[in-house]
Amino acid sequence: MLTYIFRRLLIAVPTLLLISLVIFLLVDLAPGSPMSEIPLTVPPEVKKKMIEAMGADQPVFVRYLLWLRQFFWVEPAYWLDGHFGTHLAGDAQRILSYQTRSPVFITIGQRIPQTMTVIGSAYLVGVLIALPIGIYSAYRQYSWFDQAGTFFAMIGFSVPTFFTGVLLIVVFAAKLQWFPSVYDTTLKVTDWASFLKQVRQMVLPVTVLAMFNAATISRYMRSSMLDNLGQDYVRTARAKGMGEGTVVLKHVLRNSLIPVVTVIALGIPSIFGGAIITEQVFKVNGLGAALIGAIHANDLPMVQTLTFIFAVLIVLFNLIADVLYGILDPRIRYA
Amino acid sequence: MADGVAKVLVEVRGLKMYFPITAGLLRRKVGDVKAVDDLSFDIYEGETLGLVGESGCGKSTCGRALLRLYDPTAGSVHIGGDDVANASGDALRTMRPMMQMVFQDPQASLNPRMTVADIIGEPLQEHTRLTRQEKLARIYELMDAVGLNRAFANRYPHAFSGGQRQRIGIARALALNPRFIVCDEPIAALDVSIQAQVVNLLEELQDRLGLTYLFISHDLSMVRHIADRVAVMYLGRIVELAGRDALFDEPLHPYTEALLSAIPEADPGLEAARERIILKGDVPSPANPPRGCNFCTRCPKVMDICRTVKPALAEVGPGRLVACHLHPPPSDRRPTAADEAEEHPTRRSK
Repeated sequence: MLTYIFRRLLIAVPTLLLISLVIFLLVDLAPGSPMSEIPLTVPPEVKKKMIEAMGADQPVFVRYLLWLRQFFWVEPAYWLDGHFGTHLAGDAQRILSYQTRSPVFITIGQRIPQTMTVIGSAYLVGVLIALPIGIYSAYRQYSWFDQAGTFFAMIGFSVPTFFTGVLLIVVFAAKLQWFPSVYDTTLKVTDWASFLKQVRQMVLPVTVLAMFNAATISRYMRSSMLDNLGQDYVRTARAKGMGEGTVVLKHVLRNSLIPVVTVIALGIPSIFGGAIITEQVFKVNGLGAALIGAIHANDLPMVQTLTFIFAVLIVLFNLIADVLYGILDPRIRYA
Repeated sequence: MADGVAKVLVEVRGLKMYFPITAGLLRRKVGDVKAVDDLSFDIYEGETLGLVGESGCGKSTCGRALLRLYDPTAGSVHIGGDDVANASGDALRTMRPMMQMVFQDPQASLNPRMTVADIIGEPLQEHTRLTRQEKLARIYELMDAVGLNRAFANRYPHAFSGGQRQRIGIARALALNPRFIVCDEPIAALDVSIQAQVVNLLEELQDRLGLTYLFISHDLSMVRHIADRVAVMYLGRIVELAGRDALFDEPLHPYTEALLSAIPEADPGLEAARERIILKGDVPSPANPPRGCNFCTRCPKVMDICRTVKPALAEVGPGRLVACHLHPPPSDRRPTAADEAEEHPTRRSK
């Protein structure tokens, strides 16, 4: 298993290098330029100086190699320095955002907690609702519960989050005034009252995203359970005289979870990607919002770095999903 | 073995297993698939009753309904005095240890995520109060009994061959000392050399543990080898039930005759002379069986009465039951049937 993981990580290196090049070129060759952001009143020689200062006058491949060095060497060095008080980085140039002129990773570091609390808990809540619904729907296939579950799942993944989000805001924030419509990023949880406030402002975005995630995962869970419920070994378990609880939760569920766990693991990178639209609707100042802002401002380093981080996460969680599969299913052996 | 003094272990009366057919927008019930239609028979203690018939005739359904793996539509099944067919949840689970099943597909019938020790030991956990050591000792004992190496106890089913998996399935079935085992085509998924091993194992266990088998198979020569009595099913009903030798030597029902004529002969000389009775047409749908005898649409000896009246399974000789208008029970032997038999002398000659 360990050899397998190492081999996969080794294969991931060229994959990620290729992805980084594609991302870099795509973003770079796209229309729009950081220069267009500089006001016309700025004299041309000043403008030239500014562009030189940003390094934007260099050829693409120079900037790409520089970015690679910064991403894989300089930034980790700064990270280590920050945590362990070493001086590895010296004063090497970090990846700077065109917008803020501050290192990209500082912005990312500020945005990650927002995204993790809101989108992460939405994913968790989604999974926690989806699994029981999927299990019971399959166990009572075609019952009214199953029909209702199917109906809501259809709604869940066919109605976009920008619609459900706005709908919830209109009903629960505007009309009923139960929850705030805007997520307050500056809120610090210090005591019970501020914790309750935090929970209240999380309710709407978490509900919207959890419903969306639950819709998909509950379908996977249901079909996986149905696959296994009809298997012969389930009949064997019943013939052994095991109770229904044991049959369903021990025999069927354990086997059904194998593909579902994979799906859940593969969905985790999307948390970091941030639900761009939902973050916009509820003004959650997370990674998704950062990405959208950077695209609007032609902030190439920010867009390149964020997109590449998502790519790394996707590759990583693919590996994690495969490893989990190997752990859960004794029939699969990696060597 | 199956003489009159033997004790009845399994008593089946009027067993029906219908599966509803639903159709339309509201999934309204429009009919039934009569997979098992009104079976009544006994299985004596210590015997092997073979159950044969072509694919889809309801053999497996019958076996599963006997063990309450399906909820039968009607009828009663008494195993060792307990009514299995009508017992409720917990009462039924306490009856499980005495009746077990060996399944057809040894691969699919073992949970892929459980080790052999877990698979065999699970029923012990549920139905006994053995300590860990006692349980392990019992698991090893069972593995020995079916000829599995003890060292394999912690392996998963996928690591075994088909024959070994079937041994695991048998060990699992034996774990709780059952009295009655339904063997649902236990050898159909195995290759021939392994088939013999598994059948010999089943026979040996029967001698040693005094087991009673219902042996479901479509392999007639294997049934001839292992069974004491044989029941022949066609379209959800038993058409003939007799001692093995009587049935194979002198089949009474036209369907049994046709079925037996299909057994290939090993001797090429005899094989060339073998006369096959080829049945015409297809098996009618069990959702819509013929009004009269289920076999009337394909029977080479069909009479008018066959198309209107369903023949009941009746005893025509000692231990010989047949459901056919050609062989009315001695008590109400009608002259017409006897005349018919004389008018067509070929009917009796085999």
